[in-house]
Amino acid sequence: MNLVIIGNGITGVTCALTVRQLRPDARITLISEESPYHISRPALMYAYMGHLRPQDLKPYGDWFWAENRLELVHATVTGLDTAQQQVELSTGLALPYDKLLVATGSVSRVHNWPGQDLAGVQGLYGLADLERMHRETHAVHQAVVVGGGLIGIELAEMLRSRGIAVTMLVRDAHYWGSVLPPEEAALVNRQLQAHGVTVQYGTELAEIIGDEAGRARAVRTSQGEEIPCQWVGLAIGVTPNIGLAQAAGLETDRGILVDEQLQTSQAHVFAAGDCAQHRQPGPEEVPIEQLWYTGRQQGETVAYAICGQPRPYQRGPWFNSAKFFQLEYQTYGRVPARLPAGIHSFYWQHPTEQHLLRINFQADAHGAVMGMNTMGIRQRHDVWDQWLRTATPITQVLSALGTANFDPEFFRRHEAAIVGEFARQFPQYPVAPPRRKGIFSFR
Amino acid sequence: MNSTLPLPTPPLPTVPATEKILLTIIGLGLLALLPAAFAADPWQARVSLYVALALVSGGTLLWAARKFGSHPAGVQQDNLWLRASTSRGNVAWLTAVVLTGFYVVLYWFSSPDEQGNFGLLNNLIHALDPFSQALRQRPADQWFLYGTFYTLAILVMGGRALWKYRHSPYQRIRTVSVMFFQLGFAYLLPSLLLAFQRPEYYFSYFWPLKYDYLFPGTVSYLLKDGGPGLGVFMVFWGAVISFVGTPVLTYFFGKRWYCSWVCGCGGLAETAGDPYRHLSDKSREAWRWEVRLIYPILGLIVLVTALLWLGVSGLLPAWATTPQASSIGLFNNLSPVDALSKFYGFAIGAVFSGVVGVGFYPLLGNRVWCRFGCPMAAYLGLLQKHFSRFRITTNGAQCISCGNCSNICEMGIDVKQYAQRGEPIIRASCVGCGLCSTVCPRGVLNLENGPREGRYQASPLISAESLRILS
Repeated sequence: MNLVIIGNGITGVTCALTVRQLRPDARITLISEESPYHISRPALMYAYMGHLRPQDLKPYGDWFWAENRLELVHATVTGLDTAQQQVELSTGLALPYDKLLVATGSVSRVHNWPGQDLAGVQGLYGLADLERMHRETHAVHQAVVVGGGLIGIELAEMLRSRGIAVTMLVRDAHYWGSVLPPEEAALVNRQLQAHGVTVQYGTELAEIIGDEAGRARAVRTSQGEEIPCQWVGLAIGVTPNIGLAQAAGLETDRGILVDEQLQTSQAHVFAAGDCAQHRQPGPEEVPIEQLWYTGRQQGETVAYAICGQPRPYQRGPWFNSAKFFQLEYQTYGRVPARLPAGIHSFYWQHPTEQHLLRINFQADAHGAVMGMNTMGIRQRHDVWDQWLRTATPITQVLSALGTANFDPEFFRRHEAAIVGEFARQFPQYPVAPPRRKGIFSFR
Repeated sequence: MNSTLPLPTPPLPTVPATEKILLTIIGLGLLALLPAAFAADPWQARVSLYVALALVSGGTLLWAARKFGSHPAGVQQDNLWLRASTSRGNVAWLTAVVLTGFYVVLYWFSSPDEQGNFGLLNNLIHALDPFSQALRQRPADQWFLYGTFYTLAILVMGGRALWKYRHSPYQRIRTVSVMFFQLGFAYLLPSLLLAFQRPEYYFSYFWPLKYDYLFPGTVSYLLKDGGPGLGVFMVFWGAVISFVGTPVLTYFFGKRWYCSWVCGCGGLAETAGDPYRHLSDKSREAWRWEVRLIYPILGLIVLVTALLWLGVSGLLPAWATTPQASSIGLFNNLSPVDALSKFYGFAIGAVFSGVVGVGFYPLLGNRVWCRFGCPMAAYLGLLQKHFSRFRITTNGAQCISCGNCSNICEMGIDVKQYAQRGEPIIRASCVGCGLCSTVCPRGVLNLENGPREGRYQASPLISAESLRILS
């Protein structure tokens, strides 16, 4: 089999590695215009902040690819001929394929703001964006970040590491309003304040104002305020990168449309990761998933389909994590920003320190847990995954909460306070007292 | 981009004025070491030394409080790979040359002559005489100067580490532990023993790191000079910890109980060496060198120790224990067995652990000795790998391959290779400093002691490619 993969992000690479396992004899080629080697996109910020060197962004050593017979092509794909089954490259070469995976990822979303093409205005998605940001933030003293999501706060953290003053414009009334409940957002807001970021909530970007040289010199907000700045980061999200697929005649909507085996409308052509849109997403699942983890899972699923051993894409209980400046966040299962009917939400927060735990559970007698958010406390993925899969009752979860703790040794444990608070909020659900972890016990 | 990605190096943010003033104070303190070392007047030299130490220590502690304390508690790594001092720049090279030079002078050019003159270090050593008299009832020598500098470095830079890692109880307690063992067990207690006319014995160093503690010569000296109670206890303590305590403690806690909690070499690496921990080489080739060096060194010291004991038992042929003339000055008038022992002391004990081990901190990282050379680390590592409950657990499928764990690992372990496959990290070299867990932005890594069954079990939430990643 001759497999060609467009895109060397986590989806493309996971697919390549899985196919190599399933089909030791397959010829596998990875094409990328971004970088010759796979890089960790979530790590880009650490290279900017000087925590890592640029070469540290590579999850595998350079020898890894040759030793596993994965051919790397650093070029732009200019065309896709699904009839001839070949991929045309910017180098003039045409690569034939038996199977093709389109894993082209995303592009930063823009809004057609006036002035968005000025110098010093950009998003942050790939390596090229990072290089540009490196160059264009050199002499910057004030910056504006548009968007109150994950990339927005990453940009703020990056800029603060260089001592640049940052103003964030956030459309919603609180940080990451589409995902976080207000209490979680309030804790993130404390981080933003502690790190000297000015945040304007309920505010959008109206226009970016340039100087004579064609460089951003200020932004005007939806409130009419003008904020002087020399650099503007646009972080209102990403959208599937489907230009190539559209030109090739693949069926697309917002993303490249795929079935549950990640097959596109064309034979032998698959799509996975950020750029794919599921025709029939599972219950309570979104059609387009743009996370590192989902990219990896889809890359694996599509590898099985490519090798003729299809198995439907089953993501399992949702999970995600992030770090907002110094505040770690983990989520398992479903915790929507606004509480749906029929669900109880138990919420505990440390009176002074930045620790928080929220568990949503069914508002019936059984009280099955639906999801949890935690900030400043690490929780075990395996344990929560099991609890969510088996619809474990909240009472049982709370009395065994210590088994899910993943904080390092000597960290203060909060289970007793959490269970105490639960008894206060939900006296109708009696919880057996939690077992204390002995010094020689495990988990 | 072959092995590097091109990114333009940005100008660093300006250092705040307070930090600049404090750095200047530290610099003045270092300059004051010059009159301390070369002033003709002993009183002037003495005052200069104490002023220098006060300025350097006080300046460093205040600078750390300012630098790390002015930011909210948490991981503070900004511009680590951009500053010349921590990225093998000119400042790092200068530091390495000065440190290496100090070790060369200390080891080979500071032995006292008949008049009690300690060469280049003479002034500095005599400046410590009053302090040494008060503490040890005897004048200072070059090793007292070294011990004092060493302990001060661990205490002062330990203070810095406490500020830097104040958000992590594990790091706080561990840092206090290495400071405690250095000050108490490796400085005050040996000094007190000397004050009471007893053998200078370090209760926190063991064979095969402190290789001569189980040599026949040292054992008989301890038994004689330590007296019937203390001498026997010292020999007993050393042997029991080496052969019983070490396996038992390593079984329960991994090699960290020693390497990053107790050991003086580890203590210096974890405190004074902390700014350099990311410099360790993470490549596969470096790992190969690690294996090629550390186990033969362990083998060599076991062999030397065994030969020495066989020699005193009279079980070796006479030629092996008979002194012989040699054209190499180091080995002249030594028996072949003694020459081998002498060679180990010179090449491994002095050159590797001292000159290279600490002198090259700013270039090769803070654990070069522990990783490539220390026979104790090799011994502990074999136990940790094959006979221990310790592992670093990966949290399900949460790893994003960001590489912060690999970067911070002072032992050069490419931690993310395991984490991104959901596997626990069980490596002979891991000293359990816990920094990978501390810096992980997604809460993925945790140091744990647990049942040995299923110790290597990967998380079921991620399908680890079984492709060969590490040979």
